[in-house]
Amino acid sequence: MELAHTADVEAFRAEARTWLRAHVPARPLPSLETAEGFAAHREWEAVLHADRWSVVSWPEEYGGRGVDIVKWLVFEEEYWAAGAPGRVSQNGINLLAPTLFDHASPQQRARVLPSMASGEVIWAQAWSEPESGSDLASLTSRAVRTEGGWLLTGQKTWSSRAAFADRAFGIFRTDPDAPKPHQGLTYLMFDLRAPGVTVRPIGRLDGKPAFAELFLDQVFAPDEDVIGEPGQGWRIAMSTTGNERGLTLRSPGRFLAAADRLVGLWRTHGDPSDTALRDRVADAVVGARAYELFTWANASRFAAGGTIGAESSLNKVFWSQYDIALHETALDLLGADAELAEGEWAEPWVFSLAGPIYAGTNEIQRDIIAERLLGLPKGRR
Amino acid sequence: MRFLLTDEQSDFARTLRSLLGSAQVPAAVRAWADGDAAPGRALWSRLAGTGLFALAVPEAYEGAGLLPLELSLGFVELGRAGVPGPVVESAAASVLLAELADEALAKRFLPGLAQGETSATLTLPDGSPYALDADAATYCFTVSGAGELRWRGGPREPVRSTDPARRLSLPPAGGDDGGELLAAGPAVTRAAEAAGRWARLLTAAQCLGVGEALLARTVEYAKQRTQFGTPIGGFQAVKHRLADTLLDLEFARPLVWAAALSPGPGEVAAAKLAAGEASYRAAMTALQLHGAVGYTEELDLSLWLRKARPLRDAWGTPSACRAEVLRSLTPPRR
Repeated sequence: MELAHTADVEAFRAEARTWLRAHVPARPLPSLETAEGFAAHREWEAVLHADRWSVVSWPEEYGGRGVDIVKWLVFEEEYWAAGAPGRVSQNGINLLAPTLFDHASPQQRARVLPSMASGEVIWAQAWSEPESGSDLASLTSRAVRTEGGWLLTGQKTWSSRAAFADRAFGIFRTDPDAPKPHQGLTYLMFDLRAPGVTVRPIGRLDGKPAFAELFLDQVFAPDEDVIGEPGQGWRIAMSTTGNERGLTLRSPGRFLAAADRLVGLWRTHGDPSDTALRDRVADAVVGARAYELFTWANASRFAAGGTIGAESSLNKVFWSQYDIALHETALDLLGADAELAEGEWAEPWVFSLAGPIYAGTNEIQRDIIAERLLGLPKGRR
Repeated sequence: MRFLLTDEQSDFARTLRSLLGSAQVPAAVRAWADGDAAPGRALWSRLAGTGLFALAVPEAYEGAGLLPLELSLGFVELGRAGVPGPVVESAAASVLLAELADEALAKRFLPGLAQGETSATLTLPDGSPYALDADAATYCFTVSGAGELRWRGGPREPVRSTDPARRLSLPPAGGDDGGELLAAGPAVTRAAEAAGRWARLLTAAQCLGVGEALLARTVEYAKQRTQFGTPIGGFQAVKHRLADTLLDLEFARPLVWAAALSPGPGEVAAAKLAAGEASYRAAMTALQLHGAVGYTEELDLSLWLRKARPLRDAWGTPSACRAEVLRSLTPPRR
């Protein structure tokens, strides 16, 4: 057992650090949940891509560096420690791309991945529907066969980034007569600017259109935009949710950097006699370290040929709760200034509040943990 | 980077687990609580046979070297089985004597401790004033605030712990009671600091094992106990509490490993904080989900339930550990 990295990994870290020092914008970009900020973040993606830092774990032919999970985690540590901008292309990179690597044809990969890596095409997730959130398999949006492709009809909601994004991916019912709800579904990509698509931005709690509702009326999606076999959408989608909850959605680097900023805030704003608040700062430091180490243990398991299954639910519940606790501690340190909507901690706090809700609610995750990791019976929800 | 146990390390833990699983530990714990140390001593001898105690003693003194990771894995198993006695203190006393690098003292005490022929309890200046299991230990070592290391033998006035299997005693009033002075000075103080860190680390490991035992027993109970015609483990309120308990333990474990790999004060404090809290919360969940039967001392569950709280506070309360974590951050980590 060994936590130190090889010289090769440390050289990669040094290269990333040097590049980030030279390129990270001196002033924070505007929020990526605004039109102006979205455009600025898209430009940042292009800057990253120009020197092959936007998708370091992808093969070189698609703009990546082909690095393993250890180097990816190290890059993420450096990225967040450098105070670099949030990733506007994260839905595509973290959710769609892993699906394409596992299930798409080489032609599809060659067509979709390069423009995702460069930020030229930003992807939105189009999974949830008004009546299909946690019970995703109950979705009713339809894809009906037509010449050369499919016609999509229905309503999607809570589509992250969709207010300003270019394309979307989601699952659609292609066989309404299938015996079970998770059968007869198909995984499709479509253009958010195609005829028949109406995008209605939805303001988040802070008013920013972080997601949108999509109304689809006979939207044409060509056959080449079906991922995997028609009817296999559920199986394919589930391989993506593992990514979402598991390692890739929230790297420890992000929380290590946030905990460091919190410690800084405590040093400048903390009341030394307030030991209750001091204790919460310590908990945030320990929590970031625990998450980091848990991730290294998982990465080691991967490297040794293991897999991550229901364990990704542990991950998801942990980081989503941690994120809120950390940001609440920051707000408590700020006192009256915590209320200022444009403050450094306000937007990240609002963002953290969604953690236990999206990517499968924490209630669903706890069911998965209890049933699959502890072997408890399936029961009444 | 390979943050994963080796096959050898996993095998060692498995060996201990199977030995303890067939050793009728609960009977030894109950006897220990009643002042009969014989079954506990027999257990101690069997543990010594696995080489466990040698892991806190350098090779030069018949030990296996100071191996905190292997020792921690062993202590998880001691916690899981609920083994009674001054296990943490014996290991910490071994570390103290090893760190002191006093040839004569080392030769006098370490081989016996390494072989499990003797046991020790220990009090340190910043630790608890109560010596654990001094009535059963061969030696009672104390380090004073002035940096004097002494040992005494013989039973002392007991004070009851909330965990009857932890037998506490206070040193006689007035300080020096004629115990033998073994060493004094800054070297003792430094060695005592190292011993204190090891004690904290091994207690964290023990907490992890206690928490895992509580969770495993409660999961089994929730699968069998039926109410309203169905196992209570099918109810979401029950499942979610158990899921949270697993979550606490799974995120404490890597902290314990990392602290064993690099036992600095901050890492060790983080491990103790997380494992201690996880174990105590596991106890509260176990109590709630067992219902009234869990509130009785007849059920073996009580052996772990009563241990969780004292272990959470032994060798570093959560508050002391949090303060240590923040102290260790200066200067900032990156």
